[in-house]
Amino acid sequence: MSETREPITGIEVPINLQFKFTAGKALTRFLTSIREGRIVGQRCPGCNNVYVPPRGMCAACGIPTEEEVSVSDEGVIESFTVVHIPIPGNPIKPPFVAANILLDGTDMACLHRVSEVDNAKVHVGMRVKARWKPREEWDYTFENIAWFRPVEGS
Amino acid sequence: MREAAIIGYTQSAQRRYAGAANESELIMPVVREVMQSVGVSQKDIDFTCSGSCDYFQGAAFAFVEGLNAVATAPPIRESHVEMDAAWALYECLLKIWSGEADLCLVYGFSKSSPGELRSVLTLQLDPYYQVPLWPDAISLAALQARAMLDAGIISERDMAEVVARSRRAALANPKAQLSGESSVEELLAQPGFVSPLRRHDCAPITDGASALLVASAETARRLCARPAWIRGIDHRMETGMLGARDLTRSPSARYAGARAGVSAGAVDVAELHAPFSHQEIILRRELGLADGVSINPSGGALAGNVMMAAGLDRFGHVATRIMQGEAGRGVAHATSGACLQQNLVAVLEA
Repeated sequence: MSETREPITGIEVPINLQFKFTAGKALTRFLTSIREGRIVGQRCPGCNNVYVPPRGMCAACGIPTEEEVSVSDEGVIESFTVVHIPIPGNPIKPPFVAANILLDGTDMACLHRVSEVDNAKVHVGMRVKARWKPREEWDYTFENIAWFRPVEGS
Repeated sequence: MREAAIIGYTQSAQRRYAGAANESELIMPVVREVMQSVGVSQKDIDFTCSGSCDYFQGAAFAFVEGLNAVATAPPIRESHVEMDAAWALYECLLKIWSGEADLCLVYGFSKSSPGELRSVLTLQLDPYYQVPLWPDAISLAALQARAMLDAGIISERDMAEVVARSRRAALANPKAQLSGESSVEELLAQPGFVSPLRRHDCAPITDGASALLVASAETARRLCARPAWIRGIDHRMETGMLGARDLTRSPSARYAGARAGVSAGAVDVAELHAPFSHQEIILRRELGLADGVSINPSGGALAGNVMMAAGLDRFGHVATRIMQGEAGRGVAHATSGACLQQNLVAVLEA
């Protein structure tokens, strides 16, 4: 074959698969509660740690967690980062703060946004409280909380 | 080489749809049960290895969630294979043989119900030449069965006999998903599904989890009255290019069986991981199993097929029979890939 061809450097293979996500029993209870504006965690009968969101088990002790605990929507920033690079498909415009927030009465931080504050003033140990979306927008999602905001005076 | 033996095994109920329970919630009960059965806890485990595949959940790094089901504090030594957990067992054996571990926990799990399994399995094929054509897993198995029928190696009656025997055997397995008494004639009267396969020639779609404990010699003798010793084990694979294979044969299974020492003694029981009826016939031939061997007394994959655990289940069922004194020498086989592409064979003895 005398004809010269451009080397093939890639091909496109479109893939479209659909999955039904299974939240699991514990997370289902969490999602059902947060739809009503309540945050529910679970306490480990072994180490007494309270986990939000609950997973139905304590990964440290390897035992099931059954006891449900209502948890405050207020807590403390355990660590945070200021996101400057936009995330594809994410409607939130940078720069914004993503923080690990330890809700009062819990032992494992959960990830959420912090807003209504100058990003430069966010600090570890800052007390924050949930800013809930309007009730009519609530669904089975942690996004019912729009973000966390600083507690006055902290 | 250090000796190693299986000393415990637990399997969840095999179900078409595990409902609200997620993967971690399926794993935890079997992990706890297998450890209780020999009287150990996670702190006694030197190495933990799991087998699963994120594609069944459709979520990257989904296998990490499985670790919620085992006690991981203080930190444990742990690994994962994106394969059937029979290969996780193999990784544990490497740890035991090299003297790095004496007691290992293996678990395999999946829910195949969230996605369309036969299409999800397409993604294990060659990504350039095969995946763009989207051949699904059942169609590929049907090509293999057709090749065997055309070559005169099997008849549709032979396939139906495998199914009838599997479903009947599964009546004695309370964990089985499909079981029952049906005649070969009744099965042959069923309509075609993907020709020449009928629905019953294909393993069902199953959600579930299994856990197994494997130990070095001293630990095995201390914890188990009658361990199932792993006397030989080998795994081999064939090319991913289906067109380059003779699908009526499985040289990799034959080679692995020879290397594992299948023919070195009489075989009481064999659990063969054959997700399609005709594949059991291929495996029987390649492993040289005599007519008197009890094949798949658990019902096999045709009675319940938890992806990424069904191969480990074959080990578990053979080991259980040996531990309970019902068998003296058995063969366990696991497969992976399309049309028996990869094969792992082991000989277990009392």
